[in-house]
Amino acid sequence: MAKTVEGLYYSESHEWVKVEGNVAIVGITDFAQHAMGDLSYVDMPEVDDEIEAGEEFGAVESVKAASDLFSPVSGTVVEINEALEDAPELLNEDAFENWIIKVEMSDPSQLEALMDAAAYEAMCANE
Amino acid sequence: MEENLLKTCLYDKHVALGALMSPFGGFIMPIQYTNITDEHNAVRKAAGMFDVSHMGEIFVSGPDAEKFVNHIFSNNISGIPEGKILYGMMLYPNGTVVDDLLVYKEFQPDHFLLVVNASNIAKDYEWICAQKEGYDVEVVNASDSWGEIALQGPLAEKFAVETLGLEPAAALGFYTYYEAEWKGERMLVSRTGYTGEDGFEIYCSHAAVNEIWDILLAAGVVPCGLGCRDTLRFEAGLPLYGHELSDEITPLEAGLGMFVKVKDKEEFIGREAIAAQKEAGLSRKIVGIELQDKAIPRAGYPVEIEGQQVGVVTTGYRSISTDRSVCVAMVDKAYTELGTAVEIRIRKKVFPGIVTKKRFYETNYKK
Repeated sequence: MAKTVEGLYYSESHEWVKVEGNVAIVGITDFAQHAMGDLSYVDMPEVDDEIEAGEEFGAVESVKAASDLFSPVSGTVVEINEALEDAPELLNEDAFENWIIKVEMSDPSQLEALMDAAAYEAMCANE
Repeated sequence: MEENLLKTCLYDKHVALGALMSPFGGFIMPIQYTNITDEHNAVRKAAGMFDVSHMGEIFVSGPDAEKFVNHIFSNNISGIPEGKILYGMMLYPNGTVVDDLLVYKEFQPDHFLLVVNASNIAKDYEWICAQKEGYDVEVVNASDSWGEIALQGPLAEKFAVETLGLEPAAALGFYTYYEAEWKGERMLVSRTGYTGEDGFEIYCSHAAVNEIWDILLAAGVVPCGLGCRDTLRFEAGLPLYGHELSDEITPLEAGLGMFVKVKDKEEFIGREAIAAQKEAGLSRKIVGIELQDKAIPRAGYPVEIEGQQVGVVTTGYRSISTDRSVCVAMVDKAYTELGTAVEIRIRKKVFPGIVTKKRFYETNYKK
């Protein structure tokens, strides 16, 4: 069973969000990394890119396939996790410890549309 | 969905091994047992085995068998010795490809075995039967009664001889086979494969395939899924029907002209179209492309020059053996010279690449 972390927000497309002030720290869930298998590349946006809630902002790739990443919130990318450029396997090792991007949110109320850990676990159980 | 998919005779063993199962060519097949990278490396460095029982076996026999197979096959089987295998294609009259296949010259006169792709068995059988008017031949689709294991890798010969007791396998040359028996049932052992490594393909009954699988597994041969079958064949420059070959691609465009014997053979289906294409020159061709970046080109991504699309990726990976992002792509002829700078569009960005040969790994076949 894939693990979840309490206190985070979760999207239907298997991203998690940790909120620090007005910044959303975004990663993929343990369920997602497990479903993808060994990751070989993480395609990330650039700092200062504007991203929209529900829209693609990058991708994670295994040997076999690419899987798009969708932003849970709108805003401006303020930081990307450069460690993933050389070590995408960090997401396999600990998907919650290793974030992908940090976003300065333009509309924090979008967080209300996301799930909590219990709701996300229930969704995964049905997949 | 899965109710409509066929299962090979090894299905229960794949499930028991915990394989990730997925549809392929009308069958539910193992994609990986542990992970693609480890299975890939097992074949490159030791030995792996694949359930390829989904492949099709079509037998052609009769007084006109040689003439008929030569009529539908692009390579030249005239007078080939018994036990010899040739790779080639069946072509449509317009030169595009019905399927790519192996033709085995059996150990009796006028008997041939055609080994075809799983996804094309029904189409191929229908096509072959539709061409046989006027030829005294019998065509039998025996795909359901044959199982097949591919034993591949530098240690394949050791396992074939020492573990399975197939002593004659050691003496086989590349693209030859011999007939044996497994507990009284017919078995074919050929020095062929789809990985770029030495190895064997073993055709036998369902029961025998199950026994051989268990014996090889117990001896330490790594079970390998279709995931690494694709990464291995791709690195070795081998085409996959539906990607580098199709009913919209000719063998010349795929860089496989050496298997189409326009000069040696006066007649076969598709010959005129291929001869005409040779005469006129190609408008596009499959090439290799290597990216400098780590981004991974995938099938369907556009190849561009200055924002204009000049081709499309047919297969691409982060190559496991070379740790490079590489692909093969169908590209307009003007941009197919080795060293040509092109770009590949991957989602929202374009990445610079260089045209290379379409084989990314030095193959280790036994000659």
